[in-house]
Amino acid sequence: MQEVMPATGVFSLLWLLIALPLVGSAILLLGGRKLNKWGAYLGVFTVLIDAVIAIAMLIAMMGNSAEQRTFSQNQFSWMFAGNFKVDMAFQIDQLSMVFVLLITIVGTLIHIYSLGYMSHDPDKRKFFGFLNLFIAAMLLLILANNYLLLYVGWEGVGLASYLLISFWQIKPSAAAAGKKAFIINRVGDVGLGLAIMVMFVTFGSVGFQDVFGATSQASEGTLTAIGLLLLLAACGKSAQFPLQAWLLDAMEGPTPVSALIHAATMVTAGVYLIARSHAIFDIATTAATAVVVVGVITMFMGAVIGSAKDDIKKSLAGSTMSQIGYMVLAAGLGPIGYVFAIFHLLTHGVFKAGLFLGAGSVMHGMNDNVNMRRYGALRTAMYVTYATFIIGTLSIMGIPPFSGFWSKDSIIHAAFESNTLVGVLTIIAAAITGFYMTRMAAMTFYGKARWEDNVHPHESPKVMTIPLIILAIGSTFLGMGLLFWGNIETWLEPVVGIQKEEIAIPEGLLMAITLVLVLAGAAYGWIQYARREVPTVAPRGTWLTRAARQDLYGDVINDTLVVQPSFWVSRFLVWFDGSWIDGLVNGSAAFFGGLSGRLRHYQTGFIRSYALSMVGGAVLVVLALVLVRLS
Amino acid sequence: MNPSNYVILSALLFGIGTLGVLVRRNAIVVFMSVELMLNAANLAFVAFARMNGNLDGQVVAFFVMVVAAAEVVVGLAIIVQIFRTRRSASIDEPNLLKY
Repeated sequence: MQEVMPATGVFSLLWLLIALPLVGSAILLLGGRKLNKWGAYLGVFTVLIDAVIAIAMLIAMMGNSAEQRTFSQNQFSWMFAGNFKVDMAFQIDQLSMVFVLLITIVGTLIHIYSLGYMSHDPDKRKFFGFLNLFIAAMLLLILANNYLLLYVGWEGVGLASYLLISFWQIKPSAAAAGKKAFIINRVGDVGLGLAIMVMFVTFGSVGFQDVFGATSQASEGTLTAIGLLLLLAACGKSAQFPLQAWLLDAMEGPTPVSALIHAATMVTAGVYLIARSHAIFDIATTAATAVVVVGVITMFMGAVIGSAKDDIKKSLAGSTMSQIGYMVLAAGLGPIGYVFAIFHLLTHGVFKAGLFLGAGSVMHGMNDNVNMRRYGALRTAMYVTYATFIIGTLSIMGIPPFSGFWSKDSIIHAAFESNTLVGVLTIIAAAITGFYMTRMAAMTFYGKARWEDNVHPHESPKVMTIPLIILAIGSTFLGMGLLFWGNIETWLEPVVGIQKEEIAIPEGLLMAITLVLVLAGAAYGWIQYARREVPTVAPRGTWLTRAARQDLYGDVINDTLVVQPSFWVSRFLVWFDGSWIDGLVNGSAAFFGGLSGRLRHYQTGFIRSYALSMVGGAVLVVLALVLVRLS
Repeated sequence: MNPSNYVILSALLFGIGTLGVLVRRNAIVVFMSVELMLNAANLAFVAFARMNGNLDGQVVAFFVMVVAAAEVVVGLAIIVQIFRTRRSASIDEPNLLKY
């Protein structure tokens, strides 16, 4: 167990990390049109300061010994009722630290990039307000020291994601995509809410320290239930099977949003949740196995979808799903995999942000066309974008010495340590990654130009290319840096634990097999999409291609299994309400109305008839009294 | 004299008053019949007070008289008003307040 230190020195600024972007977003959203001129710079500034504070915190944390790197800051008591007490308290440890760095630094780069990308948008101020809101919510999610506060951040990022996906809400498709993301996320959020309630019932508290300290007292069944509910939450937020359908539509949002929220940070919150709750998953092995299964399924679904889409952003979204599948399955492996899940999360956050921003830069030069079949031969037209995109591609494919190689290889190795079948599956998915990334790069930058008329590709302005270059440098060196210089394994070990197993295959051979398969996938992609002519209209393709173009029927399945049945239920309820409930209410009203319509005829208006009824009543009362007396 | 005779007399007076209220149309007569019923009740009160040997019934009789006097004031005023507007004292005529 780690020692929890009071937040002193630079760590006393913990609250400021959240407050800065929150205040920034409040000013931007409430400030009105007066801020249009400089509002965007305020948005960039708050996140930049956050990044500076985060780096200062990292330096301070590295100065402490490994057991003294958890800092907690209690702001005030948020609510209490009986024995239940929740504090507005923040906590930073090695795990939160790397997340804070990822969010603030990548966030800053994407904010800067957005200055260029959104420069002509009339709602630029609103956009930066939402982005700042997102940063604040995400940092709250990461820095909370109890599940309830985490839930606030969890909902906050969901809100920001919704607002930003449907940012161009005049497009019906964007408005629908935002709603879809919000509603599917709600399903996962219910899981998190239930998990928190079960925790409260079982442990009497929702604080991280209290819950993880008391896991040995709870039954395995309870922990499994909590674990599965947390997995449901992670599935919603991280677009894992079966709640994956929203991520592809989320690409309707502006590209910087896709890079920041739907590639680098928010969608990895599920992985954070699982790694943070490792004390629960360590005991609840059934839940951990479910995590692995979900990860493997999504890894393949994402890869297959990514291989078939012609929309560059949707293809990247498929690849994001697939890579998060890697992280989730690594997190499900237990102490063997937690560290590498986080490692891959960090490298992925950098290279995927770079790839998305690269895609945005391409779209910027191509009149916002996203169809890769109308790209081609762009490497000369936009050289910086081309070079950085290729670095990102090599990184995600896992080609040494780029970042992705080290993290993905670690996950493959960890998978083999745990289970050979899972290991083999991760290698196959890596080969598919090689294929679809090569396909994407080849269709965009190589081959013949298939541009539409009046399109004049041009390089993006410096404000966009410099973040690309920085992210490309990160995509190249971050993996090596974290593994050899930063010692990510020993850094995270006090928080999530680590475990090493022997594997049957020698490490070098495993690496070689992976590389050969990845290169084979890449070669196939190259032959198909760079050497041959790419038709501008998509050919019919095999059944798998057609299925993948339909997001593997994710929408159809949701529609048949959930949407249509709920329509039936609601139609039945409407009918039941109309005919039975209303019938009962209206019927009783009509009954009494009719009855009183008859009864009122006894109000004749003749005084003497009233007198007679009074006499009759009096006689009846007297008779009743007499009868009672006699009996 | 046996006090129960007074009770019987009171019952007879009450019955006559009731019949008067029910069958007569002239408002003044109906009104007098009501007075008859009230006084029948007074007679019964006094008779029972005598039979029970205490003053409760006598006191109540005074109360009834006071209430009857007040009632006469209000009632006669209403009857006079009705007569002024309708030129008739029949109680079957003002029958507009009905279904």
